[in-house]
Amino acid sequence: MVNQEDTFSRGFITGLPVFFSYLPIAITFGLLTRAAGLEMLQTFSFSALVFAGASQFVALNLLNLGAGFLEIIITTFLVNLRHLLMSASLYTKIIDPRLIPILGFGVTDESFAVAGIREGPITVPFLAGLQLVGYLGWVGGTVLGYVAGEFLPEALQAGMGFALYALFIALIAPPASRSGLIFTVAIIAAGINWALTLLGLGHGGVRIVLGIIGGALAGTILDPEGRGLR
Amino acid sequence: MNIYLLILGMALVTYIPRVLPLLALDLEKIPSRIKTFLAYTPFAAMGALIVPGIWESIPGNLGASIGGGIVSILVSIRFKNPVFSIIGGVLTATLILFWQ
Repeated sequence: MVNQEDTFSRGFITGLPVFFSYLPIAITFGLLTRAAGLEMLQTFSFSALVFAGASQFVALNLLNLGAGFLEIIITTFLVNLRHLLMSASLYTKIIDPRLIPILGFGVTDESFAVAGIREGPITVPFLAGLQLVGYLGWVGGTVLGYVAGEFLPEALQAGMGFALYALFIALIAPPASRSGLIFTVAIIAAGINWALTLLGLGHGGVRIVLGIIGGALAGTILDPEGRGLR
Repeated sequence: MNIYLLILGMALVTYIPRVLPLLALDLEKIPSRIKTFLAYTPFAAMGALIVPGIWESIPGNLGASIGGGIVSILVSIRFKNPVFSIIGGVLTATLILFWQ
């Protein structure tokens, strides 16, 4: 049943961990774009229009290496292909699909993790609040990093790289400690991605997609009715 | 290379996978197995996003990543508040880096 409390402001507050995990990563991105010689408006547009962290770092890296336009575009597409699965999963939980062309823009690993792991249907205002607070953290952090990132202590700059993983761990550890099936699904997905990486097979984004498919498929085979999720 | 053109191109190829399922899926008519698959997707995604990326989250310092990871797991199970886990994980990683 729809939770009457699932308002815009509830979504905004629920999204605060996403805000705090984005901030340090976005600051790092702003810092790196400045080092790469990009202008302030270019840096801002990067985060405001693409809004997909991993691919932005990869693109910046490729730019620094002198890669071509098409190479960067294709890599971006592959890195972000995983959102296809996440959107498909999320859209089955959204009550009013009409606004998906707008809300779809805000699908990220982190907002999906928060909304997807949350039990029950998702209201549009809740999702909008959740995505907006993450967006503000990402765009605001990028600008902050561009302007002031160099003033942070070096150890903290490096330690901040851990923030996103802390968020992912915080989202998966409680359900995985409660349900053996959820634990198994996460471990299989992790194992597939790790094995493919060790073997040097596929691209970073493709490995994540294969890991997600393998893990979710294992969950479906072990538990076709999805009882482990209720 | 025109950076703005690059950004627009990246924005487009990032946006397409985010909204494509809406056009391709008739949400009312999804078979129950597919629904189960999609319901397990968030948990699988967490696994694949954490491993093996976490080993490299702090380049050149596996100890800081592992220390941060252990603290994040303990804090998240104890407090169930992601903000605490982020603060605990980042501070632990930073302190390990600082001491070395």
